[in-house]
Amino acid sequence: MNSYIKQLRDGVVTNNPTVVQFLGMCPTLAVTTSVKNAIGMGFAVIAVLTCSNLFISLVRKFIPKEVRIASYIVIISGFVTAVELLIKAFLPALDESLGLFIPLIVVNCIILARAEAFASKNKPLPSIMDGISMGLGFTISLTVIASVRELLGAGTLFDYPVFGEWFSPAIIFILPSGAFLTLGFVVAAVQKIRNSSAERKRIEELKKRMNEE
Amino acid sequence: MANIFLIMLTAILLENFIFSKFYGICPFLGVSEKPATALGMGMAVTFVMTIASAATYAVYYLILEKFNLQYLKTIAFILVIAALVQFIEMFLRKFVPALYSALGIYLPLITTNCAVLGSALVNIQNGYNFIESVVFGFSAALGFTMAILIFAGVRERLAYANPPKAFEGFPLTLITAGLLAMAFSGFSGISFN
Repeated sequence: MNSYIKQLRDGVVTNNPTVVQFLGMCPTLAVTTSVKNAIGMGFAVIAVLTCSNLFISLVRKFIPKEVRIASYIVIISGFVTAVELLIKAFLPALDESLGLFIPLIVVNCIILARAEAFASKNKPLPSIMDGISMGLGFTISLTVIASVRELLGAGTLFDYPVFGEWFSPAIIFILPSGAFLTLGFVVAAVQKIRNSSAERKRIEELKKRMNEE
Repeated sequence: MANIFLIMLTAILLENFIFSKFYGICPFLGVSEKPATALGMGMAVTFVMTIASAATYAVYYLILEKFNLQYLKTIAFILVIAALVQFIEMFLRKFVPALYSALGIYLPLITTNCAVLGSALVNIQNGYNFIESVVFGFSAALGFTMAILIFAGVRERLAYANPPKAFEGFPLTLITAGLLAMAFSGFSGISFN
């Protein structure tokens, strides 16, 4: 049980795929114009990542080493097509706004990276957990970025106006350049937090050593 | 002819793959530290994307549509692209070793470049005919090459910058890209109707 909690922490905080490992940048920048899109994209990725991790982990002993990447891509694109058809059938509005980025989950580096780095070496249950945690990490980062962009760029959150009449939105945050800028500042904030926590750890260690002496 | 010209201009400037569509961001951020490597990546992408546009067009209209299997296009296209990249790699190694050593490590990376799959899907979505598809693939790749080259030039200067500690590395790169995207959004006001 403990190891699962550690995995969850790893995916969401310490090794967050988006703001720490910088994987899957295309959807991160493209779909974060609104919180709704970000969450939709996040859940699509969680679904694909969990299924592909489970499946790859199940067949990991039968895939020859030389053709593993090609086989992973075929497995992943199978699940992506399933998710794409499901979204088209039940959430047509989401399909409209995410557009080509649903089929493009196939080439999202997070999924291939987890297949290669984790699912191909581990048992099914931990692989499922890895898919869920990494997917959650991706979803949470996307939601944070999207809330900043939607709040500043449109003055809304989940399409509900947050500010009064007086607020005039800064359209730049909805435009493509705003995506780069917002992500830049979010990553900078994350680095700031990591730097200061590393610093704190170092000081504590120094203190401990001094006490021992 | 005017139509072709319009497609080219739109793909290169108005709807640049990097700065307005966000296709192919990973190589754009990953291999843009030096202009020389950026050019290598750009050339490899241009090469593959042009051929992939033609190949995916043929696969979609000659095979998938005939058997009513359009919903399999994502799987089919990614397989075509992966096979194509492998084939181009083998062909170049055998017959054009100079180009092979120039493109080198960038070729295998292209399979998972979303610009290639993206352009193939856009071709189908917009209903382009064969020539339009190839022209679109080629010019979108040109736009990509231009973007990554400009960006590499900027990043080379940026190496001497002295930013706040939290902004070092990736954040600074992203903000620079944001400023470049702002310049590119100036093109979006142009219309040709």
